[in-house]
Order: sequence, then structure tokens, then C-alpha cells
Amino acid sequence: MPLNQALVGKEYPPIRYEVGREKLREFALAVGEHDPVYHDEEAARAAGHPDIPAVPTFPVVLSFRAGALVYADPELGLDYSRVVHGEQEFVYERPIRAGDRLVAVGRVAAAQTKGRHELLTITTRITTEAGEPVCQATSLLIARGTASRAADGEGR
Amino acid sequence: MSPRRDPAQVAAGDKLDQVSEPIERLDLVKYAGASGDFNVIHWSDEAARSVGLPGVIAHGMYSMGVAARMVAAYAGDPGAVKRIKVRFSAMIQPGQTLTAGGEVAEVDGSRVTLRFWAEDDEGNRVLSKGEADLELS
Repeated sequence: MPLNQALVGKEYPPIRYEVGREKLREFALAVGEHDPVYHDEEAARAAGHPDIPAVPTFPVVLSFRAGALVYADPELGLDYSRVVHGEQEFVYERPIRAGDRLVAVGRVAAAQTKGRHELLTITTRITTEAGEPVCQATSLLIARGTASRAADGEGR
Repeated sequence: MSPRRDPAQVAAGDKLDQVSEPIERLDLVKYAGASGDFNVIHWSDEAARSVGLPGVIAHGMYSMGVAARMVAAYAGDPGAVKRIKVRFSAMIQPGQTLTAGGEVAEVDGSRVTLRFWAEDDEGNRVLSKGEADLELS
């Protein structure tokens, strides 16, 4: 089943996320980041942050959850078993930080065919509950070989 | 972390301090737990092989996370990082070391654009076309 072009522009229900210090520390350590600014409140404040900031790729935790709603949409026709992550971009208004109460909304930004593959672009807009913009994550997913299957009608 | 870098001291062609991270399976298990991405191809050899992979592979976002350390350290402040983008161009497996490097591509006042990459032990580009915009004002 090819990707459903009619879903380009569709937004999915918001997911809510409360940012805890320990989660930010855990994520920082998981990517090998030991700089005190990401772990110690005093070091963070001394560097001008209201609380511990997240490392730059932390927003993926939210975009992964928001994206899961997109992948699971039966109307989209995405064969997730054939998906690889092609590109990832984050555009920041400011770093996520401990104490943030965030809302993330996933959206199908583009769906196109490239050779035998299908390309799906999903954006996740992250704001505070008050509506302050924080970050936008854009993921390019590649469904390998699904275009030829769709064209050949193999349905394999 | 050192203070935010002075843009007057930045010039196109400046090299970023490289970051190297030996990858062990445990690192991928920790990353799975921290990120919420529990895809079996990142922790089960059996599952990875069943879909044609040579064994478990690192999360692309793990590699991007390691490279982003280099970018934020260069900026001297995570708040100075305004945009970061990568292409995932090859997989990397436990037992390999991921090395990230890059340079200053462009300086426009306090706006600095970086280009960066990451590769495995054999020099295969794991991340390519890495780009980051910094605002160092």
C-alpha cells in the first residue's frame, strides 16, 4: 500500500511531557555528555540557565512519542518494518530545560516517491503548555522498496 | 562548559575539537532506555539478523547525540545552538568507535554555520551533511 498523499498536512493529537532533571541527566549520560552544565543545577544557573538544560538531541524523546501516533495511523499506509531514519533536524527557540511542561504535535509534512523508496517527512512542533515555541523536530523516514511494491502491485 | 564562544574569534575553516566514543552494546541499551527507542535491532542480534543486518546496530540518534556534544561544546552554550541537522548515511555496530569532526563553514557577524560528520573505524561516514547554526551574540 503506497503512502496516502491525502494525509500530507494532517496533525495528530498532542502528547504532553513534563521534563524532569533526572531524565535530562540520564539522557545526557546516555550520549556520553558529562559536562556539569547538563547535570548540576548550580553549574546550569552559573551559565545563565534557569535550570538544567537538555542536550540538543533530547527533543527526540518527544518527537519519537508524537511520531508513534503518525506511524500507527492505518490510513497512512506506512510499512514500519521497512523504515530507516534518513535525516534528522532540530530547530530551536531555546533549549528544553528541567521543569518545562511541554506539548508536542506531530504532523505529516511530506510524502513522496524516490525511485523504489518512499520518503515520509514528519515534523513535531514542541511548545510549552502556555504556547511558547521551544523546538521543531523534522524527521525524514525512508521506507525501503515500498514504491516498487506499490507500483508492481506485489503486495508482498 | 566554557562560556559562549566569542564570534570575533571564529573564522571559516576553524576545526572543531573531535569527539570519539567507543560503542559497546551496553551504551545502546542505556540509550534505548533514555530515549524510549526500544527497537529490537538495537539490542538483539537475533532480531537484527532476522531483518538482514549483520547484528545489532547503534541508533542513528545515538550517533547524532555524540556529534551534537561536539557542536554544543564548540558553541560553549547549548542555548547558542539554533539548528542542527544530519543525514544518516551508514550504520555503526558495537565494537567500533564513532569519531565526529567538523569545521566552521561560514561566519556572518554572530551567526556561525558549522559543517560536521561522524565516521567509524574504517572511515565510513555514519553521519554526513551535518549542519549546525549557532547564534553567538
